[in-house]
Amino acid sequence: MSVLRPLDKLPQLNTATILLVSTEEAILQQLADKMLREDCSSQLLVHLATSLPLPSNVTRPQIDLIVFVVSLHSKHSLQNVQESLCHVDARFFLGRVCFLATGAGQESHCSVHHHTILKLACTYQSPLLFTDLKTEGFLVAMAQRLVRMLQICAGHTPGVSALSLLSLQSSEIPSLEDL
Amino acid sequence: MDETVAEFIKRIILKIPMTEMMTILKTWDFLSEHQLQTINFRQRKEALMHNLVLFCEEKCASLNDAASLDIIYTQVFRHQKLWDVFKMSKKTGRDPDPFDEDHFKRSFMKVLRRALQNVTVSFRDGEENAMWIRIAWGTHNTKPNQYKATYMVYYPQTPYVFISFSRLKRNLPLLSQVFETHNSTSPLQERSLWLNTNMDLRIIHENQLEKERVLKVTQETFGDYPQPRLEFAQYQLETKFKSNFGTSILADREEPLRCLIKFSSPHLMEALKSLAPAGIADAPLSPLLTCIPNKGMNYFKIRDK
Repeated sequence: MSVLRPLDKLPQLNTATILLVSTEEAILQQLADKMLREDCSSQLLVHLATSLPLPSNVTRPQIDLIVFVVSLHSKHSLQNVQESLCHVDARFFLGRVCFLATGAGQESHCSVHHHTILKLACTYQSPLLFTDLKTEGFLVAMAQRLVRMLQICAGHTPGVSALSLLSLQSSEIPSLEDL
Repeated sequence: MDETVAEFIKRIILKIPMTEMMTILKTWDFLSEHQLQTINFRQRKEALMHNLVLFCEEKCASLNDAASLDIIYTQVFRHQKLWDVFKMSKKTGRDPDPFDEDHFKRSFMKVLRRALQNVTVSFRDGEENAMWIRIAWGTHNTKPNQYKATYMVYYPQTPYVFISFSRLKRNLPLLSQVFETHNSTSPLQERSLWLNTNMDLRIIHENQLEKERVLKVTQETFGDYPQPRLEFAQYQLETKFKSNFGTSILADREEPLRCLIKFSSPHLMEALKSLAPAGIADAPLSPLLTCIPNKGMNYFKIRDK
């Protein structure tokens, strides 16, 4: 049971669960804090993991959205995400996965090429968001965005589904022409 | 008095054997002397129960009073429950701050309420300075279930806390953030971070075990004391190219490749120590990096053997 499957458990009433995956837990903690401070009508649960597969001896609720955070300064971070992606069921990529790339602003520190991360997001047909999680303003903005996405993926927004959100975000999904 | 409270009190009273009834009611200290004197202990339990519930109605018993009675019952019949023991470990070596009971109670309520609005939390002092805590769990939409409460006994001057687990599996992830549970045979486990008021129970750390392994390995490698101050380390590589892919231009090259790597930092050893906990590198680190204090050198020439 090491593969994460979407919609495999009974959802709890008004609860939305997000899984943040990254080797740098400090950043995830800050992102999680900001997300929980948002005004939101749903009950939010944030799971933080450094890699997949998740420990199997714990019961956890159904995961509505997975966010993989890659630091462009660290090849280790990218490799970790690539290995974790093997443990995610294909149906998650219908709008329930999102990639976050941090550190693009400091070109000189980047050891992961822009092209590599674009190719990753294109392969998995999921939105790729570039952000700087060290600045308060950007951190809060990203947290707000993730909360809205999470609510949609959990089905709490009438009229919008995860799949329709995916098609609305098509500008964020790199296409073959970008590469 | 609420019907649910009445029902709850009825059920507790039914559980109490007649021999302990007076002691428990006196300890509860809720019914008046006059009411206690008028109780007839010769009547059948059901009739006694009805009378007691009427007395409670007269005094307008609240949920908190009922919870109090429940704690007292559990204190008397604690052997009926299965208890797990947890030992908390403090991170720094400083002396424990004097225990402030009110502050503790407020922090505890705050941390739990932040995650779940529907919980009933009650406190009661026990013998030997113990603090008994009773938590009845509800969900976002349902009222707390008073019949499947969790009890905790905390001895403030010690790092030990006892917990009885209820069958409600759903709350285990929540409470296990405060004390991590393992399915191990020995009940004593070491946990850090008891009740940091900034803790949010809605954030769940999946890889806690791995994090602790990394911290342990880092501590074994680097120790607890401040690292020697070093500003750079230099590695000169003179090795032949090694390849797993059969022959290639580089693999056939006879001369060794020359390469120079220099690490510099205001405090290099501390930086290396913080690599694994920050998630930037795997633990254990390469022995080439960790042998610097042992060997007492920071210029290395690496050659093929």
